[in-house]
Amino acid sequence: MKARVFVTLKPGVLDPQGRAIHHALEGLGFDGIESVRAGKLIELELADRTSDADIEAMCRKLLANTVIENFRIERQETVA
Amino acid sequence: MKAAVIVFPGSNCDRDLAVAIREVSGREPAMVWHGDSELPGGLDLIAIPGGFSYGDYLRSGAMAARSTVMRAVVEAAGKGVPVLGVCNGFQVLTEAGLLPGALMRNAGLSFVCRTVGLKVENSQSIFTNNFAAGSEISIPVAHHDGNYQADADTLARIEGEGRVAFRYTAEVNGSANDIAGLLNDAGNVLGMMPHPERALEKAHGNQDGRRLFEGLLEAVA
Repeated sequence: MKARVFVTLKPGVLDPQGRAIHHALEGLGFDGIESVRAGKLIELELADRTSDADIEAMCRKLLANTVIENFRIERQETVA
Repeated sequence: MKAAVIVFPGSNCDRDLAVAIREVSGREPAMVWHGDSELPGGLDLIAIPGGFSYGDYLRSGAMAARSTVMRAVVEAAGKGVPVLGVCNGFQVLTEAGLLPGALMRNAGLSFVCRTVGLKVENSQSIFTNNFAAGSEISIPVAHHDGNYQADADTLARIEGEGRVAFRYTAEVNGSANDIAGLLNDAGNVLGMMPHPERALEKAHGNQDGRRLFEGLLEAVA
């Protein structure tokens, strides 16, 4: 089983990296960009017995710093 | 002063910190590897150095905060053993939950490496008793992730409790309330982005950092 964990900065937390990307995109001539937020994608290969609660514990204990970040878990069941 | 300096893979200010402790206290600190599960007994100080522990993987300080030795550090801190975290050490302390908030990428995105002015906000702690309250000192910074952030309630609480030890006198990295150094609620844990061990000798340009170690020695001896 695979799981993907998306770690993003909480709304309201200033994202200097996202802002720099935003400026760079505008510098390349792209317009209409209202906001850019950068985050992380972490892909996990897990034993099928791994529960949602286990993955959430991994996020809370290590993968995300919940002071400044939110996380979202996407489970991808292996097709037999 | 019986001290230990914690060494993680990627620490690079561990020996500077050890020299500072030895110069001021006259006693060689123990260098404790991240994989050790025990600290030497009877410590007067645990120092967590600057550097790039674990290559700053995931987040600065995140891996180091979950290393074996940190369980012993958290336990010792809970018993009142003084803990000083400098630069990456400050990041490790926030990631380990010994200090509130988080240190994010500098607001200007650049690595900042220069001597900065600091205002001593709290001169009552074991780390800052050698400075006059409100005085200004100069200490070098060298970091990419020194932008201190915490939610509004946490900021109000640490300000109200007088836990801001040092504040930048001018904008450096985007830190909330220009926080440069922060104490825990018991006052035995200090995290600071500036490097006091780099302002130790006359050849360093100033000796304001030495005064921190001298004050600490006085307080714990």
